[in-house]
Amino acid sequence: MGRFMAISNPKTAYWRGFRAGAPFLLVIVPFGALFGVVGTEAGLPLLEVMAFSVLVIAGAAQFTAVQLMTEQAPTIIVIISALAVNLRMAMYSASLAQHLGAAPLWQRAFIAYLCVDQSYACSINEYESRPNLTIPEKVAFFVGSISTVAPMWYISTYAGAVLGMAIPPEYALDFAVPITFLAIIAPALRTLPHVIAAVISAALALAFVWVPYNLGLIIAAVFAMIAGAQSELWLERRR
Amino acid sequence: MNYSTPTIWLIIVCLALGTFGLRFVFIGLVGDREMPAWLLRHLRYTAVAVMPGLIAPLVLWPAATGGQSDPARLSAAGAALAVGILTKNVIGAIVSGIVTLYAVQYLLT
Repeated sequence: MGRFMAISNPKTAYWRGFRAGAPFLLVIVPFGALFGVVGTEAGLPLLEVMAFSVLVIAGAAQFTAVQLMTEQAPTIIVIISALAVNLRMAMYSASLAQHLGAAPLWQRAFIAYLCVDQSYACSINEYESRPNLTIPEKVAFFVGSISTVAPMWYISTYAGAVLGMAIPPEYALDFAVPITFLAIIAPALRTLPHVIAAVISAALALAFVWVPYNLGLIIAAVFAMIAGAQSELWLERRR
Repeated sequence: MNYSTPTIWLIIVCLALGTFGLRFVFIGLVGDREMPAWLLRHLRYTAVAVMPGLIAPLVLWPAATGGQSDPARLSAAGAALAVGILTKNVIGAIVSGIVTLYAVQYLLT
């Protein structure tokens, strides 16, 4: 393509998204199964365990809620704490709006429901490295990136809940989470401001790890975005 | 746990609607209305501003080791990041991270 007019090809974009999302099964399957086990062991009936994974579809928030429920926390605390864990989703939403804002409303609602760390990370990478994509291609890529992750999240939750078996800790699959995210974020470190934002994000998240409700991450993210934007401006002025 | 069935469903429904709301607020409600340039400049860094913060504590203080830093996990993270930056190949980075993790764990036990 390159200097020729790009022809919209949503089918190709879908399969590119599919391939980009598929490696995350390494994380999704063990954690879905673990949620099924933990939820059932906490005393939730199968239907409620599944409702968490299908309706909320946000791993970290689901674990937070069930953890607090086993501690008999007040209902409102369970809700607020789990939603605080999901605050970053609003940032993803804002970041995706400039790319997908022109898609039909029903598609945007569908994408919002399916916006998880994995689909967001894959898609924003794609949108930034291929700025000429059409809206239907962007939508198709997003749907492709989630079409292994979401169904397998439901299925592995079900399997974990019914079989009561998680993947044994010796396999160290807990570490699949940071490894898959590192693999997806590394190519995004394409300019100096991106690197600065990433370093500030990691440093401040560690420094603010004591802040309750997981808000340390949000503080770190806001400062990292400011650091990225400011260093971009500074570099532009120097040119 | 000791919650009544309606309370459990109240929690699930509030979390489902709240989470959807957080995901929908900009993509759905703002849509393609023009956002100011300064905001777009900040949003360009969303992914690199959230993900490293999400990962850093998991790498340094993994729950699986009771929060103790672990040479196998630190080397695995380093390998995944290095291969990811150098090759931009996601699968390659994941595989090198996992191989490093198992190799260092094997060598140290």
